[in-house]
Amino acid sequence: MFKQACWDEPVILGLGCRGRRGCILPAVKEEARKRVGDVLTSLPPKLRRKTLPRLPELSEVEVVRHFTRLSQMNYGVDLGFYPLGSCTMKYNPKIADLLASGVAELHPYQDESTVQGALEILYTLSKWLAEITGTHEVSLQPAAGAQGEFLGALIMRACHKFNGDIGKRTELVVPDSAHGTNPASGTMAGFKTVVVPSDENGCVDLKALKAAVSERTAGLMLTNPNTLGIFEKNIAEIAETVHDAGGLLYYDGANLNAILGKVRPGDMGFDIVHINIHKTFGTPHGGGGPGAGPIGVCRELAKFLPVPCVGYDEKRKRYFLDYDRPESIGKVRGFYGNVAVLVRAYAYILSLGAEGLEEAAETSVLNANYLVKKLSQIRGFELPYAKRRPRKHECVFSAKTLYKETGVRALDVAKRILDYGMHSPTTYFPLIVDEALMIEPTESVEKEELDHFVEVLKKISDEAYSNPDLVKRAPQNVAVTRLDEVKASHPKTMTLSWRMHRKRNVIKGAAP
Amino acid sequence: MPKSHSHPYIPNSVPETKLEMMREIGIRDVEELYADVPQKFRLKQRLNLPKPTAEHEVRRQVEALLSKNKSCRDMSFFLGAGCWPHHVPAVVDSIVQRTEFLTSYTPYQPEVSQGMLQAMFEYQSMICEITAMDVANSSLYDWASGLGEAVRMAVRLNNRTNVLVPKIVHPERLATLQTYVEPLGLRIKSVGYDSETGLLSLDELKRQCTDKTAAVYVENPSYLGFVETQVEEIAETAHHNNALFIVGVDPISLGVLKPPGEYGADIVVGEGQPLGNHMNYGGPLLGVFACRGETELIRQMPGRIIGMTTTQDRSRNGFCMALQTREQHIRRERATSNICTNEALCALTSATYLALFGPQGLRELGETIMVKARYAMQLLSEIRGVRAPVFESPHFKEFTVNFDKAGKAVKNVHQALLKQHGIHGGKDISGEFPELGGTALYCVTETHSEEDIENLAHALKNVLSGGRR
Repeated sequence: MFKQACWDEPVILGLGCRGRRGCILPAVKEEARKRVGDVLTSLPPKLRRKTLPRLPELSEVEVVRHFTRLSQMNYGVDLGFYPLGSCTMKYNPKIADLLASGVAELHPYQDESTVQGALEILYTLSKWLAEITGTHEVSLQPAAGAQGEFLGALIMRACHKFNGDIGKRTELVVPDSAHGTNPASGTMAGFKTVVVPSDENGCVDLKALKAAVSERTAGLMLTNPNTLGIFEKNIAEIAETVHDAGGLLYYDGANLNAILGKVRPGDMGFDIVHINIHKTFGTPHGGGGPGAGPIGVCRELAKFLPVPCVGYDEKRKRYFLDYDRPESIGKVRGFYGNVAVLVRAYAYILSLGAEGLEEAAETSVLNANYLVKKLSQIRGFELPYAKRRPRKHECVFSAKTLYKETGVRALDVAKRILDYGMHSPTTYFPLIVDEALMIEPTESVEKEELDHFVEVLKKISDEAYSNPDLVKRAPQNVAVTRLDEVKASHPKTMTLSWRMHRKRNVIKGAAP
Repeated sequence: MPKSHSHPYIPNSVPETKLEMMREIGIRDVEELYADVPQKFRLKQRLNLPKPTAEHEVRRQVEALLSKNKSCRDMSFFLGAGCWPHHVPAVVDSIVQRTEFLTSYTPYQPEVSQGMLQAMFEYQSMICEITAMDVANSSLYDWASGLGEAVRMAVRLNNRTNVLVPKIVHPERLATLQTYVEPLGLRIKSVGYDSETGLLSLDELKRQCTDKTAAVYVENPSYLGFVETQVEEIAETAHHNNALFIVGVDPISLGVLKPPGEYGADIVVGEGQPLGNHMNYGGPLLGVFACRGETELIRQMPGRIIGMTTTQDRSRNGFCMALQTREQHIRRERATSNICTNEALCALTSATYLALFGPQGLRELGETIMVKARYAMQLLSEIRGVRAPVFESPHFKEFTVNFDKAGKAVKNVHQALLKQHGIHGGKDISGEFPELGGTALYCVTETHSEEDIENLAHALKNVLSGGRR
């Protein structure tokens, strides 16, 4: 039976002993020190640090043990099934990690003659991503999908400004099933969000869309396949509706994995596309990041991309950073992008090649539909919307019936899944499904593990009907039982740093 | 299409397995699962990409490309300007490569993610200790975008229409700030500096700071390496006008420099890369973001924040995401930011780094850096025609080097150093600050030996006495 490690590991700021050290600095030569004098007194007293920061004093050994113990209380893709919907938790090839370390010691302002290899990798990767998405040019700058969205929305803004009608194009249309980042990115770029409802098939309601667009529409942000895992088959009409109204079409690339090599956003009429490198191209999610969120755009919008782009000078046979883009929106971050992540993506695409990427897409879709078939047979769970239509890379089940009949909620199911040594699906998303469990198996899972997952959900269903408390008390086999998340956020009890904890010792009745 | 073997990353790519699964679903071909994709959009041929490549060949190809680069391991190197060479202890790389951390994602299920959550809480806590602020988030993308977020946060708090930024600021940070605030219609006003010291002109600040000012921003150490010593006066001016005071820091300086929380900062941003993160050609970086502990401020913070709590049965302490109602997945268009994926692994890196150094280590590190940088300034300023630094102020690890009196353009000095001596000099900033003449920004850290510095001085002497312009 699965049992996660459970260390009583104190917060590191409460550990250690005066005088211990985890790192020794290179010595400064005596003559240099003598010559320079006391540097600290060169600082005016009011700018000197008087009391040292209250960091722990630890030996190297203790630091290693502390974080190694913590790592044992963390679940990653390398441990097992991680069907977190819309996050594409696929396998992260080790060769990519190994090769990425090759750019570790490069500085972004190095002379271009000394970084031709790095620039070539970035240049080629941007061409590959343009090919995969069917776009004209790709910028690798955004640090994450959401930053790609922000950049995309800024490009919409720049385009309408260029055409002289940003004053009236103030609305960004977003389906009610969209990721939360879409409306949030739109707001950051100065747009008002207009929500369009889904129809009975879980797709954009065309009539509602037609009513929603107008001369005020800046654009539409759409995920295709959408967050239910259903392909928006009316995409031609959707694109036409938005374009006819003078708006731009934005592709949220969170679900790109399903369609690699099958159909390209650019060919479907999308003008701006972001790509979640850490989802689709197998780079590690890092416990929350870093990822990378390049965006590709159609020819007309390329001039607005951020600076610099990586260019190639045919004559001099040299790669270079191209800042000469007068209509550019500027920059969304320092330097050129999350290069160490991008190098991994380069290695990933090279490994799989065109065939392998298509195989990944196909298999992720096959796996999801296999789960649809199997899970539909489990009591208490049902597949809302368009039951007969195939899903793509993910599927969303509702535990509404289970809740009604047993009092066990999707949240409880998610917690109980942890007890069986698997990660849970995304819960309560998309918002248009009650008691939602959003399941994305990806292509990185063997059939036996899918069958095991089905078996686990079946067991949990049985437990819910026979002994619902068992499920409601879950998890029991992981490092901690269910946490008090309300306490974590309540103004009277929230403890967001060790400093706050010291200031008011609010965690009462807790283990030492 | 028939294939001779399955792909190592795709277990179910074995044809028999696929057939079995298809039978289960009731289809004969995977294509049926794509039947709802309009034919007219379907790709008619394969993507124009390389063929599948075996691992050995991938390694050879990528390593061949990487071998065209020269890194700071291959040459002596004096670049900084927002991304800095520092020693990364082996422990740090070893910890962050643990795949329980590396291959996990945002801890939406806290009970199975306590390791990363606790590490993030520890990161936040250590950032609070070194900055002397109450609350830090668990990372933004980098300093530049963090500055954009900080100013947007200030505007959410006081709804004002301009922000004051020193004229001496990193151009990439300024450009990013412009992008982040352009949709708000916020005006960025530049505050000049004293030409002797580089310090912010307090007169100009007082003239420009009004009840329309959302925030006053300064960097310490400044972009050009000197320490801004008037921070208390600047804070006072900002607060006198009820504007927020935002301070940008290089956190590695905070063992020796007074922390911004002790001179009135309301929000602190900065670049966490120096704290154990490799330079990686400029990314990933680590956006440090902290603020004072008033609930009003915390509620407007961008980014993920990890809180300490207990289990529901109160038997044990634990950690989970706090204040998620600020975030995009709950609040959607009314969220404080759109950030979702952040730089958690870089934050873990920095937590490990700070734990290794501890209070004394951080102090000694700051001191060592200052000694070496000062040693470099002294050696370089002895060279005829060289002025280092340009400003008469204390400096931390970076400093300006002016070549006007040597009669050589910065780019020629740079090329001669690189080509003839294999030394990569500092960043040419003569285009960024024309009023400073032919000037470069050099950086010296604990990674530079005295010999490296002496070699640089010799080489520069040689270059400058060598040819004419």
